[in-house]
Amino acid sequence: MNKKYYGKVIFELSRPGRQGYSLPSNGCDDALSVLPADLLRQNAPQLPEVDELTVVRHYNNMSTNNFGVDTGFYPLGSCTMKYNPKINEEMASLPAFTALHPFQPSATVQGALEAYYTLQRMLCEIGGMAEFTLNPYAGAHGELTGLMVIRAYHESRGDMKRTKVIVPDSAHGTNPASAAVAGLKVVEVKSLPDGTVDVEALRPLLDDTIAAVMMTNPNTVGIFEHNIPEIAEIVHACGALLYYDGANLNPLLGVARPGDMGFDVMHINLHKTFSTPHGGGGPGAGPVGVRAGLEQFLPNPRVVKHSGDDDPLFHLDFGTEKAPHALGRISSWLGNFAVELRALAYILSLGRDGLKLAGTLATLNANYIKESLRDLYALPIDRVCKHEFVFDGLADKSTGVTTLNVAKRLLDHGFHAPTIYFPLLFHESLMIEPTETESKETLDEFIAVMRDIAREAAEDPETVKNAPLETPIRKPDDTAAALNPVVTFAELG
Amino acid sequence: MSKTYYSPTHEYVTVDGNIGYIGISDYAQHALGNVVYVDMPEQGDDLEAGEEFGAVESVKAASDLFAPVSGAVIESNEQLIDNPRLINEDAMANWIVKIELTDPSELDNLMDEEAYRAHCEAEKH
Repeated sequence: MNKKYYGKVIFELSRPGRQGYSLPSNGCDDALSVLPADLLRQNAPQLPEVDELTVVRHYNNMSTNNFGVDTGFYPLGSCTMKYNPKINEEMASLPAFTALHPFQPSATVQGALEAYYTLQRMLCEIGGMAEFTLNPYAGAHGELTGLMVIRAYHESRGDMKRTKVIVPDSAHGTNPASAAVAGLKVVEVKSLPDGTVDVEALRPLLDDTIAAVMMTNPNTVGIFEHNIPEIAEIVHACGALLYYDGANLNPLLGVARPGDMGFDVMHINLHKTFSTPHGGGGPGAGPVGVRAGLEQFLPNPRVVKHSGDDDPLFHLDFGTEKAPHALGRISSWLGNFAVELRALAYILSLGRDGLKLAGTLATLNANYIKESLRDLYALPIDRVCKHEFVFDGLADKSTGVTTLNVAKRLLDHGFHAPTIYFPLLFHESLMIEPTETESKETLDEFIAVMRDIAREAAEDPETVKNAPLETPIRKPDDTAAALNPVVTFAELG
Repeated sequence: MSKTYYSPTHEYVTVDGNIGYIGISDYAQHALGNVVYVDMPEQGDDLEAGEEFGAVESVKAASDLFAPVSGAVIESNEQLIDNPRLINEDAMANWIVKIELTDPSELDNLMDEEAYRAHCEAEKH
């Protein structure tokens, strides 16, 4: 970890009158007298006044304080922080894509539309779905779009009673949130001690008011929902649809398909499974797939391929007449197109066999770490996991060292912390997802450090409780930050 | 003479005659960590046993509150608005709502101190 912490805010560097540019006159000096008084601001904008070199140094130094998968191991459970291959960046940076304008006639952007169409078809193949839209901007946006498709389906049949969505108690928080935004009420279903959905608890909840059941498979504790055929059967028997949250698709790549398990609608997080950047909260991409019979509800515009010798071959379908139930736009144009290009580059460079190996290796790596640490960390679900697993803190709880302390101590060793205190099924959840892109050497190094921390917790618990010791910022006061957030430099006073 | 009862979802109700004080147990505040926000019902709202009536948010998680018994809200503890950390300082003293019980026989479905302690032990497995 970089000890030479660069900790300045750009506003601190500001000096009155300093500037890094000079613009020509805009020939409109009388703008102030032309505009009505109520449109004129009373005070000048509070922008930093800095020269170019100061700006360059500031942001270069800031960037060295960042931690990413390009700088170190990032085993953040539930997030699939796999390496983002540089060839993806190269493909998405081709001027043939970056110089396009969204208003160009389709005849002049056939290559871009073909790339979009090709990715749609590949995701259909990977997910076992009939049709995909790439338009949603992120995973939760995909969930919302998928639930809107499900609502549109029920309403198109005149079935207005279905206002509830069933969500497992282990689900990602986005599931109930998306359901609420889609105007649906959330009903929770309990998990069994092994983390899988309790079919007997689900059965009595299913009636003619249920619009959908949302499932993540493998679920948030990394366990495959082996009862999925039976769940699909009882969900469909009550007239509801089964939604697949693609957050954990990675281990299933090329091995199992949600469509074959009986899922009707699904989303995929391209920024997880298909190696596009997580990018500090965006941009992501959350394509949504549907089984045959639900295509007409997908949002517009869609990229369609003509069957005959038509020229041009690909075009944008806004299809309002053909599809009266379609959702319309859920994003401007075709979603985060440059993110979609990166995912396409990833799929094409790995190929079918490579993709299959990715999921399998992710599973192997997770099980390797789990088995290497289970004597020192509490393993509440003792089964073969998929791409990730959960410890319930240290096995020895007598030292008072918590999951938070272990996570903070990992920072001192140059690792990003795993996900902590999620899922809520356990008090001391520590959720580890190594992904397939890490070498055995990196995994061994991480295992050695985790073992060291467990030993240190027993011998010198105070050191672990005081961690991190080496980071530029030690322990921020989370509670104070939540109670009295200071969100601008000016508020610091 | 007041007596305290506990629900499996870690709410308590301390009953004095027909009046009940509902909060979260010490075990619950400890598991949640530092509380940063308490979402409470208002005076006059009706609580129904087993139903959600608010939420407690900590640095770790947001957790729904379930009513251990039914009743009408007489008062909500407004000190918690500005100082939610009071729950961490003393969860039993800093109740969240004061209610008038509708049906005292519902108390029979709850646990006493000893049974609740065993319940928490079992949860720690």
